[in-house]
Amino acid sequence: MSAILNFLSLYTVPIVVFVIPLYALIKKVPVYSSFVDGAKEGFDTAIMIIPYMVAMLCAIGMFRASGAMDWLVSALSPLTSMIGIPGEVLPMGIMRSFSGSGAQAMCAELLAQYGTTSQIGRIASVAMGSEETTFYVLAVYFGAVGITNSRQAVIAGLTADIASFVLAAIVVNLMWY
Amino acid sequence: MMNYIWVIMIGISVIAGIFTGSISAVQDNLFSFADTAVEIALGLIGVMAFFSGLMKVMDEAGLCDKLGRALAPIMKHLFPGIPPEHPANSAIAMYVAASIMGLGNVCTPMGIKALQELQTLNKTKNIATDAQCMIMAISTSSICLLPTTTIALRSAVQTEGAAEIVGPTILVTILGATVCVIMTKLLGKLKAFDYNYLIERDRAAGQLKINEEYIGNDPLKL
Repeated sequence: MSAILNFLSLYTVPIVVFVIPLYALIKKVPVYSSFVDGAKEGFDTAIMIIPYMVAMLCAIGMFRASGAMDWLVSALSPLTSMIGIPGEVLPMGIMRSFSGSGAQAMCAELLAQYGTTSQIGRIASVAMGSEETTFYVLAVYFGAVGITNSRQAVIAGLTADIASFVLAAIVVNLMWY
Repeated sequence: MMNYIWVIMIGISVIAGIFTGSISAVQDNLFSFADTAVEIALGLIGVMAFFSGLMKVMDEAGLCDKLGRALAPIMKHLFPGIPPEHPANSAIAMYVAASIMGLGNVCTPMGIKALQELQTLNKTKNIATDAQCMIMAISTSSICLLPTTTIALRSAVQTEGAAEIVGPTILVTILGATVCVIMTKLLGKLKAFDYNYLIERDRAAGQLKINEEYIGNDPLKL
């Protein structure tokens, strides 16, 4: 399974990048100039998301430095330990929704400290792989189209993150412990 | 919603910073993350431009239409209300394909492209449509099937058993995505999140922003 996926992720992009322009050329599309036209739009999009990214990342950065995370962890840890999540993993699980690089650093730390095949290491790995940096994704994607009212997207995304985190612990505990 | 979340995040950070004595670190991070935000966005330019260019070539070669029509039977259920010949169909399909294959740096441009295409079906400039919320549900629950980053992190510590988490990760990812899709559908039924209710509320407050690029049948009037 993972061999197939590895193969796909290695070959798909180069092949697609070759086949599409080739097909377009056969269809008599001015490939080069339409590529450049499209690329211009891509450039504009990347510039357009800057204000949204600044708003979101500044808030996330302040949150990370403030020590509010420790408060959140100590408030939540009695709850989470009841369902079999070790308290050590909790900061990483919460961080995952806010900052991918922050969670990655925390996950690496947990793996180095407790080992990859420990309960903590396994839960951290599964949670890392299955949760998403919801706030970042929302800022980038909705920023690119100028959406400011994201309706239920934030709550639904965060619920999914919480569910994934809890499920990560449950699945790991069922599989190995 | 974002208004509250944003102010609450900043508020908690400042209050916690004062209480824990880390207020100078909070300030440092404010400035350094402002830089980081711009760096990330600028770092996106290259890949973003490349894949937008490629999408344009695809579009002009008629490939987007073909892909859209081929996928219409599935898309009809997940994203009701998108016409079968609309370019959003192929953008969404390519986005989903890229995320399943774990092509992280291709995902972002494709996801943005999908949302931009869907924006032509949005009567307003600033309120997300059901279809746009559904795209977010798929992306925020990360449907990636090969957790390459985590495997890399694990093998940096110990190669043996580095990939043992692939199975559970896929399982949890699918469950998480299901939760997100269900939540998006259910919460969307609440009045506070209802698209038409929000339009009327904005209209009453005189803040309605009409999307001039809307191509549907019933555009809003002030």
